[in-house]
Amino acid sequence: MTDWLAEAPWMLLAIALPLLGALLAFLRPHRAAMIGLIGAFMSAGAALAVLLQVVFGGPRQYEVGGWGAPLGINLWADGLSAMMLAMTAVVGTAVSIYARVYLADSPNKVRRFWPLWLFTWAALNALFQAADVFNLYVTLELLGLSAVALVALTGTGPALWGAMRYLLVSLLGSLAYLVGVVLLYHLHGTLDLTLLGERADGGLALAIPLGAMIAGLLLKIGLFPFHVWLPPAHGSARAPVSAVLSGLVVKGAFYLLLRLWFTFSPEGEGLPILLGSLGAFAVFWGSIQALRQERLKLLVAYSTVAQLGYLFIAFPLAGMDPALAWGGSIYLAVSHALAKGAMFLAAGSIMMQGGHDEIAELDRVVDRMPLSLAAFALAGISLAGLPPSGGFVGKWMLLQSAMAQGLWPWALVMIVGGVLTASYVFRVLGFAFTRSPHAHESHNVPHTMEWTALLLALGAVLLGFVAPWALPLLDGVLP
Amino acid sequence: MNGLTVFALTGVGLLVIGLWALVLRAHLIRKVLALNVMGSGVFLVLVGAGAAPDPVPQAMVITGIVVTVSATALALALVLRIDTATGKPTLPEDRERDLMDEHWQ
Repeated sequence: MTDWLAEAPWMLLAIALPLLGALLAFLRPHRAAMIGLIGAFMSAGAALAVLLQVVFGGPRQYEVGGWGAPLGINLWADGLSAMMLAMTAVVGTAVSIYARVYLADSPNKVRRFWPLWLFTWAALNALFQAADVFNLYVTLELLGLSAVALVALTGTGPALWGAMRYLLVSLLGSLAYLVGVVLLYHLHGTLDLTLLGERADGGLALAIPLGAMIAGLLLKIGLFPFHVWLPPAHGSARAPVSAVLSGLVVKGAFYLLLRLWFTFSPEGEGLPILLGSLGAFAVFWGSIQALRQERLKLLVAYSTVAQLGYLFIAFPLAGMDPALAWGGSIYLAVSHALAKGAMFLAAGSIMMQGGHDEIAELDRVVDRMPLSLAAFALAGISLAGLPPSGGFVGKWMLLQSAMAQGLWPWALVMIVGGVLTASYVFRVLGFAFTRSPHAHESHNVPHTMEWTALLLALGAVLLGFVAPWALPLLDGVLP
Repeated sequence: MNGLTVFALTGVGLLVIGLWALVLRAHLIRKVLALNVMGSGVFLVLVGAGAAPDPVPQAMVITGIVVTVSATALALALVLRIDTATGKPTLPEDRERDLMDEHWQ
């Protein structure tokens, strides 16, 4: 019995179960929430089973349908894939529990959330386990299309505009990536990541395809200056959708970028410094814009622009001790997924309670919903990189790496960025503790919503404690 | 210049034309068409640039066409919705304004 469980094709199930749940939720809209929640638990279970398989048995390969490459499709899961799957499982479970309550009174149209969200989850799990560059393209498109549909869900003007802009950027990004795939195939005769890594050895035959792919992915990640589509899309969506988009969807494209970088390890100093500089600009620009926002959800969305910038600071730091810089960046990405997910969920509860999300009109919200405000504050601690949170571990590793190499400008970017993050988090907290001159109606918010956000935020903080067990997963994955 | 190079160069030409229209045209249907033209360009390079007949690029193009059809369907549905909701098949100029517009909330 246990042997059977240990050897079950969990990698395939992690993709098939959310897909099946999505189809059933689409066919049975009246029971969509229940089907969606069950689908979410099963998907999370399968993803955690893959994590256990990788922890105890090392990297795994699965040949879909027994065909195998080059004819069939191979799935591949190593420590990095497993970590991403687990991240998606944790955030995905929280979002699903929250959404079931949050969307309970919504019109039927909005209940289409469930099939779209499970499609997004299936696309993410497929992306994290794809082993060749063309399947990565297909999963990237699946992810983009379902995410765009999620943004458009409410059908109001800003949501439709945000979705359209997101769709155009997303399609352009995937086309650029596809151009890279086409060139790689013609120049090197294979699509398999491992084989490509062996065959492509520098020069223009690598630089041009890789450049096109990286440019496309930067568009999709929303790195400064390609971020303009991100705040409207993430800020105008419903709270669970924003949590998925900011926490998980952008990480899909970032994961793919890392995968390509680790496979090809491009030579030269220019590109890493360029990516790091864009990241630094993103940290400053995103934080300053977050400070200027009047609406809570837009503040959180601009904070995503800034936090994504941090992930790119690893590129110029990876020269001396790659494991330290990359480990820091990946850990930061995982912590950000939990913290930002929690922050958007908490913002959604606050918005539901007051009927608005004007920061200046929060009107002692701390009295009415201490749990949600605690969730917001805990998530803010992780985003600002204060100990003992997961964000602290990631930023500390990056700082250590910068200091050890004497690259103090990057360290300075991180420290100033941390101060800016703390300022916009405390700006929200400040208004949450003061009375506003206007009176506000208030609605009841179900406890489930508040507790889900709080537990997810607590998870982001506790990530700091599990680092000694989580980081060894990346051994052998990092260059 | 052999036949294959002609295919590849035509593909690159389509890519450039598509990108040009995507950036400069405001009408959303034109933007969607531009993305389709770009996609065709990529597929043409994919099947046209290889030396010997090879089934793999053709399989990739078929998958790519399926993806493009789905993406186009979604894009057109969105354009219709935007046109119905706002009366204009274009995106607003000032993106900050979108969200400030309480009328839609």
